[in-house]
Order: sequence, then structure tokens, then C-alpha cells
Amino acid sequence: MTILSFSELIERCKKENKRIYEIALEEEAFLQAETLDVIRIKTLETLLAMKDAIKDGLKSSEKSISNWCGDDCIKLQNKYKKTPALFGKIFEKITTYALATAEENLRMGRIVACPTAGSCGIVPSVIVAVAEEENISETEQINGLLTAGLVGLIVSNKVQLAGAVAGCQAECGVASAMAAAALTQMLGGNVDEILQATALALKNILGLTCDPVCGLVEVPCIKRNAFLAIHAVTASELALCGVESKIPLDEIVDTLKITGQLMSPLLKETSQGGLAKTKTALDLEKKLFNNKQ
Amino acid sequence: MEQKSIFSVISPIMVGPSSSHTAGAVRLGLMAKNIYNNDFAKVKFILYNSFATTGFGHGTDKGLLAGVLGYGVDDISIKNIFSIVNNVEYSYEYMQDISRHPNSVDIIIDDKMTISGDSIGAGEIRINNINGFATDIDGSYDTLLLMYKDKPGMISMVSDIIQKRRVNIASLHCGRNSKGGTASMYLALDVPIGDDVVEIVKQIDDVFFVTNIRKLK
Repeated sequence: MTILSFSELIERCKKENKRIYEIALEEEAFLQAETLDVIRIKTLETLLAMKDAIKDGLKSSEKSISNWCGDDCIKLQNKYKKTPALFGKIFEKITTYALATAEENLRMGRIVACPTAGSCGIVPSVIVAVAEEENISETEQINGLLTAGLVGLIVSNKVQLAGAVAGCQAECGVASAMAAAALTQMLGGNVDEILQATALALKNILGLTCDPVCGLVEVPCIKRNAFLAIHAVTASELALCGVESKIPLDEIVDTLKITGQLMSPLLKETSQGGLAKTKTALDLEKKLFNNKQ
Repeated sequence: MEQKSIFSVISPIMVGPSSSHTAGAVRLGLMAKNIYNNDFAKVKFILYNSFATTGFGHGTDKGLLAGVLGYGVDDISIKNIFSIVNNVEYSYEYMQDISRHPNSVDIIIDDKMTISGDSIGAGEIRINNINGFATDIDGSYDTLLLMYKDKPGMISMVSDIIQKRRVNIASLHCGRNSKGGTASMYLALDVPIGDDVVEIVKQIDDVFFVTNIRKLK
């Protein structure tokens, strides 16, 4: 009973009068030959691992191998202790948590790939920050994560979620769409609104390349996690106001795939183009390789 | 189309920074350990292509070593594995070979067994060669692997032994280097079999290597 498209998902939700997370639970329980409770517990374990990664990341300022990254999260925390962010507490927490997780990833800390390790900060930062500030229950956070999971899975049925296949569209881009879905679920949006939020987020990352400096999951990956976490909130807010994507979600996913195919291999996780080929990036590469030998 | 799990997009729980270059490396190491299935004193890793060029920034070297030593993908000790390991001598070589997958490795244990595999993305792996024999093992099944002198009747003898244990064979693959030469067989099983079965299969004439490969968690 694989759900291959979002139109199938909507149809099923309407026919059975169910939420997306309920379909996700049923499908997963069927696949794993387990009860719904077992799947809920597994999802909770994933959620708790996400929270642990945020906690670990908030405490550390250990730099990365390039000596370029690892101390930005601390900068945010220090600043927000003194003066609040323009957009308020939720903005502060989302950006801080996204950087905390992405920095923890680069220093070989424990994180949850969601959908990939390079995009690990986006979904957790949105779910956890909003849950803390809006007093959203653990059950509802799990529902959000399940919603994100099914949304990401349907995209991955059409396009492999790897920078080498479709650029950063398929990593941080899809993570942002998943986070938009989770958030809209947690804020009480209906099925249409959840998938509109997904569509709006996904549509606005089309063409995003994967050009990591020196092939490391650092520049531009880490800060991109904070940007695309906030991007997810924009999508969710618009959808909850009734804004709709004129292009249906399934067609956006197809576009993402085709755009990935049209994208030069130089811009798909090979570090042969884009930011990876800037003068500064090449200088760093020389320095790193000299240190290594 | 085979149905996939939502946990393929909201996991694994792993140490960073890369699912293909770190988690995949750990899992390749773990599979090599499970295939060798014995104590060892020496291990050499030959890293190819992207594993060779960007692996050091992703802890691929640490991940491979941690894997063969039995650490899981979410073990935070991986970061410090070089200061933890003792009693095992380890070395690395770096190669470019466009005929190989971008993220590819040979793991040579005790100069006796060479296990080759690829990290194919999102932490998924494939073991595609063991001591010169083509395989396609992804770690999702408990697998019985044997090498023997090519001769008629071997498949029925082995499957008979497994059938007596009431274990279902999910898939079976055979290959050989030449008619009457050396052959290999691997059977993916729905449930694990005991090491006593390995001993029984070893008793079959002309079987010279058998191992019981545990699936990856």
C-alpha cells in the first residue's frame, strides 16, 4: 500500500477522515509488522535523540577540522542573553537550536539524520523550539515528526535525498518542507494546510545547489540549517493564513527532480563548482591538505 | 515498488558529520567484522575516490576502524577511536580508481580476507566482493556465506541442512571463478541460524570456508 504521491495521500486522508500522522503510523506499523504503540515509541526515541543533540550542541564551542566552524551557536546565545531578536523568542530558539545541532554534527557528536546528516538541524529546531514556547505536548510533537517523516518519504519515493543526486534541494530543501509540515500539524492545521505549507517551502528552494567547501559538511551547510528552519516557519504561517501554492505539490516534487537532473554535476556534492571553487575555498583546501600530509 | 520506512528519512541516530562518509563507513566496518567473525590483530583499509579525498574531513577513517572493532553508528567514542584502540594494528591507503564506486573501500583483515564494499548513501552499504568473489550483501539479512570447490549437488546439500532447522531462505546466490574451480554461495535467511550449523556445513566435502554473517542493526 505504498503511497506514491501527495494526491494519493490527500485522497486517503479524506476518505478515511484521518490526519497525515495517523496514516504514517498505520503504514509504518504494517511495514514493520508492529503495533501503533511500538512505532510511537520509536518515534519518541528519535525525538529524544534530537533533543539530546540540541542540548549537547548548546554547550559546546569546539571548532571543526577547518577551524572555520563550531562557535556560531554560542554567539547567538550570548547575544540573545543581552538583547532579544527582532522576531522574538521563537526565532531565537529556532536559529540557535538549528546551529547547535548542525555544529554538533560537524564535531562528530550524536545527531539524527533528518533526512540527512548535513540537514540534521532543521526539523528538530522547529519542532522543539515551537513546542517549548507554545507548550505543545510530547504526543503532538511526535505527531509532527511522524507527519514530517511521511512527507519526506513520499518525496524520497520520487527523488533520492542526496546532494549528489539533486543538490541541496534534496537535503536542506526537503528538510525545510518536512519541518513546515511538522509545524503546521503542531499548530493545528488541517491536511490541506499541512501540504500547502510543504508545497510553499519546497517551491522556494528549487535550484539550491550542493557546493560544500573542501567537501566538508561545514560551509555553507551549517548556517543553511538556520536559514531553512526559518524558511519552514514562513511556509507554515502563509499556509495557515490560507495562502496556496498555484502549482500542486506533486508537480513541485517532479520539478525538484528534473531541476536536479538539469543541475551540473559540478554543483552536486562534488566540490568542483560554486562556493567550493572560490579563491578562499581553494586556499583553505591547500592548507588542509598540507596539514594532513 | 518496495515500500520504504519513514525511518529512512527521520533516522539514523548517528555520529556526524555525514551519513554516507561516517555512518556508512562504520557500517562497512561492522559488516567486515561480522563477515570475518573472528578475532584479529591487523586491519588495513584502502579508501577509494571520494572516501579517499574527503574522507578525512568526515571521519571516514575513524568510522571504518570503529566499525571493525564493533562500535555502532551512534557511539560517541568513534571520534576518539585512535586513542581507544589497542591490540589491533591498523593502516590506511588512499587510491583513485574510476571503475570503483565514489565511496568505496577494501578492508583487509589479518592479510587473510579482503572485503570490499560501497557506501551508497543515507548510511546504506553494499558488500560487493569477498576474497575475489562477487557478492551483494547489504546487511539487512542474516547471511550464511560459504566457499567451496565447484561441484554438483552443493546447493541441495546446504539448503537441506538449513531446511532441517525450519529456517526460510529469503534469497540464494551462487558464483564461481571457473567450472570445477572455486565457487561461493551466500544465503540470506529470515532468522539467524546457530554457529553449530556452520560446523555442520564445514563437514561437507570440498567446503573450505563458511561464515555466519549477522545482519546489521
